[in-house]
Amino acid sequence: MDKTMILVPGRTTKQGVGLIDSKFKKDYREATTTVEINVEDMARLGLEDGCKVKLRSADGVVTVKCTGRRTEDLPPGLMFIAYGPPTSKLMGKDTAASGMPLSKHLEVELKRVS
Amino acid sequence: MMRVAEKAKSEGNIKIVEDATCTFCGCLCDDMVLTVDVDAKKITKAKNACVLGKALFLNYEEEDRPFALIGGKEATTAEAVEEAAQILANARFPIIYGMSDTTCETQRKAVGLMDMLGGTIDSTTSVCHGPTGMALQGVGESTATLGEIKNRADLVIYWGGNPAESLPRHFARYAVTAKGMYTPNRKKDRTIVNIDVRHTKSVPVADIFIQVKPGADFELLWALRALVKNRHVDPNIEKKTGVSMKTMKDLVERMKNCRYGVLFFGMGLTMTRGRHFNSAAILSLGSDLNEYTHFIATPMRGHGNVTGADTVVAWQTGYPFGVNFSRGYPKFNPGEFTATDMFVRGDADAGLILASDPGSNFTQAAVDHMKKIPMIVLDPKYTHTAKLARVAFTTAHYGINVPGTAYRSDGVPIELRTCLDSKYPSDEEVITAIYRRVEQLLIAKKRSKGANNKRQKAA
Amino acid sequence: MGSTLRIVNGRVHDPANGVDGKTRDICIKDGKIVKSVPPKTKCVDAKGMVVMPGGVDIHCHIAGAKANIARKLQPDDHRRDIHRRMELEKINTRSGTGGTVPSTFTTGYRYATLGYTTAMEAAAPPLLARHTLEELDDTPVIDKGFYILMGNNVLLYKMLQEERHEEIRNAVAWWLNATKSYTTKLVSPGSDEPWKGHRNATITQLNDKIDGFEQLTPRKIITSMVNTVDDLGLPHPVHIHCNNLGHSGNYKTTLETMKAADGRRIHVTHIQFHSYGGKPDGEPTSKAPEIAEYINNNPNITADVGQVMFGKSTSMTADAPLAWMLTRYSNDKRWVNADTECESGCGIIPFAYQERVYTHALQWATGLELFLLSKDPWRMVLSTDHPNGGAFTSYPRLIRTLMDREFRKQQMESVNQRAVAKIKRGHHMEREYTLQEIAIITRAGPARILGLKNKGHLGPGADADITIYDEHEDKELMFSAPRYVIKDGRLIIDNHEFRNNHEGKILHVSPLYDEGIEDVIRPFVEDFYTIRFDNYAVSDHYAPRREVIPTTKQ
Ligand code: SF4
Ligand SMILES: [Zn+2]
Repeated sequence: MDKTMILVPGRTTKQGVGLIDSKFKKDYREATTTVEINVEDMARLGLEDGCKVKLRSADGVVTVKCTGRRTEDLPPGLMFIAYGPPTSKLMGKDTAASGMPLSKHLEVELKRVS
Repeated sequence: MMRVAEKAKSEGNIKIVEDATCTFCGCLCDDMVLTVDVDAKKITKAKNACVLGKALFLNYEEEDRPFALIGGKEATTAEAVEEAAQILANARFPIIYGMSDTTCETQRKAVGLMDMLGGTIDSTTSVCHGPTGMALQGVGESTATLGEIKNRADLVIYWGGNPAESLPRHFARYAVTAKGMYTPNRKKDRTIVNIDVRHTKSVPVADIFIQVKPGADFELLWALRALVKNRHVDPNIEKKTGVSMKTMKDLVERMKNCRYGVLFFGMGLTMTRGRHFNSAAILSLGSDLNEYTHFIATPMRGHGNVTGADTVVAWQTGYPFGVNFSRGYPKFNPGEFTATDMFVRGDADAGLILASDPGSNFTQAAVDHMKKIPMIVLDPKYTHTAKLARVAFTTAHYGINVPGTAYRSDGVPIELRTCLDSKYPSDEEVITAIYRRVEQLLIAKKRSKGANNKRQKAA
Repeated sequence: MGSTLRIVNGRVHDPANGVDGKTRDICIKDGKIVKSVPPKTKCVDAKGMVVMPGGVDIHCHIAGAKANIARKLQPDDHRRDIHRRMELEKINTRSGTGGTVPSTFTTGYRYATLGYTTAMEAAAPPLLARHTLEELDDTPVIDKGFYILMGNNVLLYKMLQEERHEEIRNAVAWWLNATKSYTTKLVSPGSDEPWKGHRNATITQLNDKIDGFEQLTPRKIITSMVNTVDDLGLPHPVHIHCNNLGHSGNYKTTLETMKAADGRRIHVTHIQFHSYGGKPDGEPTSKAPEIAEYINNNPNITADVGQVMFGKSTSMTADAPLAWMLTRYSNDKRWVNADTECESGCGIIPFAYQERVYTHALQWATGLELFLLSKDPWRMVLSTDHPNGGAFTSYPRLIRTLMDREFRKQQMESVNQRAVAKIKRGHHMEREYTLQEIAIITRAGPARILGLKNKGHLGPGADADITIYDEHEDKELMFSAPRYVIKDGRLIIDNHEFRNNHEGKILHVSPLYDEGIEDVIRPFVEDFYTIRFDNYAVSDHYAPRREVIPTTKQ
């Protein structure tokens, strides 16, 4: 339970700029494969900036890098990541007859890999 | 092919194009001053553009890519049109999806193509503010063009959106630091509120930040509606939403007592638990407040011309997105005729992706199905979807090479100027060519069917 | 070598040329009516049929921002009223949906199917003209134009406040050119400022001061625009939706508005909605006799009725405070408000007129009274303010109500009796409109009021827009299904069948103006709008097929 977190994907300027340039270049990949985690959560889970974590949702698994954010910016239990290929892997497929998969409120399990 | 009176000065190979429009985001800023090196085919300066707009213009280069790819092999546009038309004419349940980054002129033709084919048409709206479109059908809305907000709004509330990073000039042009008729002192004449689950880059400009617990937006909205109407609210709401009663009441007082209030909301509401219920709640809150003052509630839309897509599909069919023509007339059913569902369920047997990249931003299950069926892609860039497509067209950039119309997120239509020619065809030209060829193929098909029937009868 | 056609044996109703039911040939060449065609020309035999010019709708809401929000708002309004795609020999038509706010293609086809060949969208904010034009371009068969909303225009207010009349004239001309529109429309002048800026209030008296513009009153705006449009010599005068629409006792405002024109040309639209007696906030009564009498006696005034028809409607109007007021009377809780910067407001609500409701029955009866008391059909023409009073598809029923006394009486008996009892009895209640009068109020009259010299008649030089009806006892049946409809000389409906698609054109004006006015408008737009001045005017691209209707000065 304590490793289940809520992941909020969203747009960022870096991701936006990267997307214009090319989705196949390093900047875009960097921008979309770094997850922000609350520093207290990181300490609790024994994570440091830059280490790799595995995120598992009901629909997929991805490995990304992590970086810490202060509690004022990101409350415990919440993680943020820029839109990109990893978020698509985690996103739900059921739209509950709305056409919209839940894509900004993903329950994911977190595991350190390196 | 300039359609707007060209507003350009030239000196040698340097051309200045004034009042061009940036199509990167829903702000659709039409005050770009572009310096163009005609020989190098580069835009060297984009005055007034934000960081995203600069990236769009300054990174522009005429790609050195084949006109088209069929099965990954180089092909001419004409060959690709033939292949695409064959795919569509032989499909039983094709879909067109995307449309948010192309002109209305293209969108109009695309809907016509699907009308003829009896397929499905959907835009990126279904995974953006589609739920808001559904909410509108239930509760209506109180909306305004952005200029009215600039001129009058003294209370601006951002909810579940981060314009600082997704609509960078929203603050300066329209709602925070913009100077308007009754807001001559800009930000001093306005109170800015930000409501979000996290401290985004949009929070610093706000006078008040309210942090709501993830997934509790609906509860907070509903409590605010109750408080606006002076109804009792269970104090447990504080625990549920993470927002104190005092904060809620203060916000309600501000909303009721402002002169002209605005609720701008983002996908923090439409993409989370509650979806269209969240949108309906915030639209209703906006409408309710008109008992006390003038109030607006309006979505912030992302892509350059996503609003145009809803607009065109609605005027041609009566419905904003997720429209199917297989019975010979338009039917609307989100969850059935929306792209994610069509792909995830495996319904679509061919897809035409117009200026969008679901191959990279759709859920994996949808992408898996796209890989199984013949896909056609029109895009200036090589995308993840192009990579998995059977036919990929390289097309010219709208707003740079191609003129036409785009609708700002508030419904104001803007005519795009061009600054550089392209050797690639426009989306509109490709769709038109596909349309003509599909029409021929369908007529031929019908004739041979008729002939078959006759033969059978004779036998 | 152009295409030619001859219509023979039909009884022709061409009031503009004084032809009242005489049998005569109509000759067509290259989309125009001509004196004669070679003897071997293809013939349409109209024996036993009535030949009229194509219908002209002077006031409807069919295209643009507000129509489209109304479509998006109400899937329930059209999901059962489908319009199938047709596969014709050479051309495919487009599918769509109907209801009270049909999709654009369906709008065009259905007007044509009723024998209407011209329709005017009555209200568009100039800033959104491109949207209106794009939708009109997707509205097939018919010719069309639109009016721009100028009664709540902030820049004009500023000019008027300072009595800069010459500049106002140039600015209005600039705006008409910039939008490719047909005339100016005033909707409840003065009401947007209190609505947008002062806690949703409105303005009720012609002499009330307007918020933020202490020198201004609705009366000043009305007089200024009447004079401006008249001075510019526009083919159609200012088109006015008076203040206080729908309110009890509003007939006084309507009379005052007409008097404010001071003998100059003015078109008062959907006047039925402005002909009520009674106390404010009390039940309305009919003041149709007073209004009809005033119009009968004042030839400078023209009007369309804005008849209410029972059933589903959509209330959509630039009169935002009105829509807000109506939400109190609507069972449907959906409400749309949409402000356009510096130019307009807008309100939309789904609505339904019911026979048993006093007010609705009274509105219906008031409309009929206006028709029946009108002495000059050329100046009191047919409209339902589509889709506000009812959809344009209800015109045939309205025509029967006017032509068929017995039918009308039957209906009178089945609606709210308290309302009917308030209507003045008298000789006029027995009146039956003749075919000739119907031809006037549905085509010849609107065309003349619009100043469309080539429409609404069948004389040489006219556009070959012609409708041929089977004669029939049941006038609703007769007018719902013409036997032939000809647009620009092409047979669109041939023997009741839709045979040809066609693209109509945009009708607009292009009055002259002093270009210096741009130096006045430019800084205002750059300060208080959100698009650049040079991106404001629409280019020709938005009206690929168009006809400029000259002003009297051109
Ligand atoms: S705010 Fe949006 S439209 Fe304006 S310049 Fe930036 S990216 Fe372009
Ligand atoms: Zn009207």
